Amino acid sequence: MIETRNLRKSYHSGEAMVHALDGVDICISAGEMVAITGPSGSGKSTLMHILGCLDAPDQGEYLLEGENVATLSPNRLATVRNRRIGFVFQSFNLLPRVSALENVELPLLYAGRSDARAVALQALDRVGLADRQRHDPSQLSGGQRQRVAIARAMVSDPAIILADEPTGNLDSHTSLEIMELFARLNRDGRTIILVTHDPQVAGFCSRQIRFRDGRVAEEAPSC
Amino acid sequence: MLIWTLIKIACQSLLANTLRTFLAMLGIIIGVGAVISMMALGAGAKAQVMGRVTAMGTNLLVVRPGGDFRGGVRSESNKGLKLADADAILRQLPQVEAVAPLVMGRAQVKYFNHNMNTTITGAPMTYLSLRAFEVDKGQGFSALEDEHVARVALLGANAAEQLFADQNPVGEVIRIKNVNVRVIGVLKAKGDQGWFNPDDMVVVPFATAMKQILGQDYLSEIDVKLAPDADAAAMEERIGAILRTNHRLLPTVEDDFHVRNQSELVEMASSFTRTFSLLLGGIASISLVVGGIGIMNIMLVTVTERTREIGVRKAIGARDWDILRQFLLESIVISGVGGILGIGLGLGVAWSFSRFTDFAILVEGRSIVLALAVSASVGIFFGYYPARRAAKLNPIEALRYE
Repeated sequence: MIETRNLRKSYHSGEAMVHALDGVDICISAGEMVAITGPSGSGKSTLMHILGCLDAPDQGEYLLEGENVATLSPNRLATVRNRRIGFVFQSFNLLPRVSALENVELPLLYAGRSDARAVALQALDRVGLADRQRHDPSQLSGGQRQRVAIARAMVSDPAIILADEPTGNLDSHTSLEIMELFARLNRDGRTIILVTHDPQVAGFCSRQIRFRDGRVAEEAPSC
Repeated sequence: MLIWTLIKIACQSLLANTLRTFLAMLGIIIGVGAVISMMALGAGAKAQVMGRVTAMGTNLLVVRPGGDFRGGVRSESNKGLKLADADAILRQLPQVEAVAPLVMGRAQVKYFNHNMNTTITGAPMTYLSLRAFEVDKGQGFSALEDEHVARVALLGANAAEQLFADQNPVGEVIRIKNVNVRVIGVLKAKGDQGWFNPDDMVVVPFATAMKQILGQDYLSEIDVKLAPDADAAAMEERIGAILRTNHRLLPTVEDDFHVRNQSELVEMASSFTRTFSLLLGGIASISLVVGGIGIMNIMLVTVTERTREIGVRKAIGARDWDILRQFLLESIVISGVGGILGIGLGLGVAWSFSRFTDFAILVEGRSIVLALAVSASVGIFFGYYPARRAAKLNPIEALRYE
């Protein structure tokens, strides 16, 4: 489902050249739930951005369901982000001054769907926040915000959900709730890839990929 | 995404910063307001001038002594026009329905302790119908009074009011330059014509003015009324030829008279309003450009402030086009609402101006449509660059933006 070959990405950080990705080959099959772990600056987030089609590698190939992403036009990439991949951020990234329901609705509106409201309401219901649909993100707790963000990520029914440290800003109790939510989405058949520092969080996953200095350091069996 | 959803989103984010949005609109509001009020006043003034020109009588040629004003020099003689000229025009040209030879001069007019210095017009009975005067009180002249050098007068509406106030002037005797004259009628008011106010004048029979009051044997003007189907330009030439013959002018000598027709006056009025509109257009475009720059400035600030939001939108699948039109729509809403408020302001200013002065206003539908179209275009033109900048943002850099 997801396959990368020799991904490389570097950028300038002040004077120094940082090799965020230094030849990354990973392979993830449909239906897996994978944790990517490793110390800060080891390139995990960069990899996630590339997998989420938000960024492009300097070198190497990224095959999404067999399709080389580098060949897609910006508009096609937007469509991929809209329908095939859901992205969950550490800092939630909900739109301010916009209700929870409208935040969840947004991907469907960009897809031009006329049933957006009803589908968004269903998604909010699945994360247990149907009663908070009118609330502004600023009126919600951290855990609730992240659940709204997850509802937004899954509302257009993507096969893949990417989460970049989804529990990084949450206490351990709330983190557990969020991880149970991810596990449930995985049981429904979605492929889930998440970046985390937390061994407890990683423990929810069927496989762990450990990163060090832009390379895969240790990997459980691949496809 | 549906256009209504987009407009709603645009309005929401604009309302989140009401003061700033209003300040961004201000340039457009003032620009459009100025244009609308000036156009309303300009159109009103034009309609007023046209109305007065028409009230002076149509199908009328006016012959005056002295050469034309062209080149700023008027030829010397002002005494060349004689009664015989008027007779010749009427006799020789079948297309001329009537002529009115006029003598004019200023004189002191007295009624007991009221007096005024005004224009005395010596006119034949044809004058009133030629110039479309109506008699308000009393009666007009008859042919008898022309021949008998009758000492009678008609008063313009203003003259009557100044000399008699509320009293009925008909039948009273006034003194013009020490000549006693009986008032037999008062003319209906026609309104100021800019260069001359006919309501101020006192009209006496032509012979009376020539022989007894003004004592001049030359004419100030001959008004010529043409048949409805006559060609004014051709008649101007014919009249010119007759006068040149009468005045024995050699072919090398310039005319010692000039002929004007009413359409020239209409032309003068409309060329004046054209110049006026051009001037307004200039002022309008400057203020709209300044307003547009204000919008562009605010939109650039908005785009920078909302970089993160743009990143989020792109991450969940917004295409460049979606971002572009979202911000473009915001600037169009600013300029469009600014335009509507500006129209309101302009109409208010024009209305109060017309209320407190005697300017007339005329609001033309096309000026409102034009104002709306122009302000929307300003929004598109000045909003495009910031919107494009937003659309071209790299999603990752946008998401990292603090």
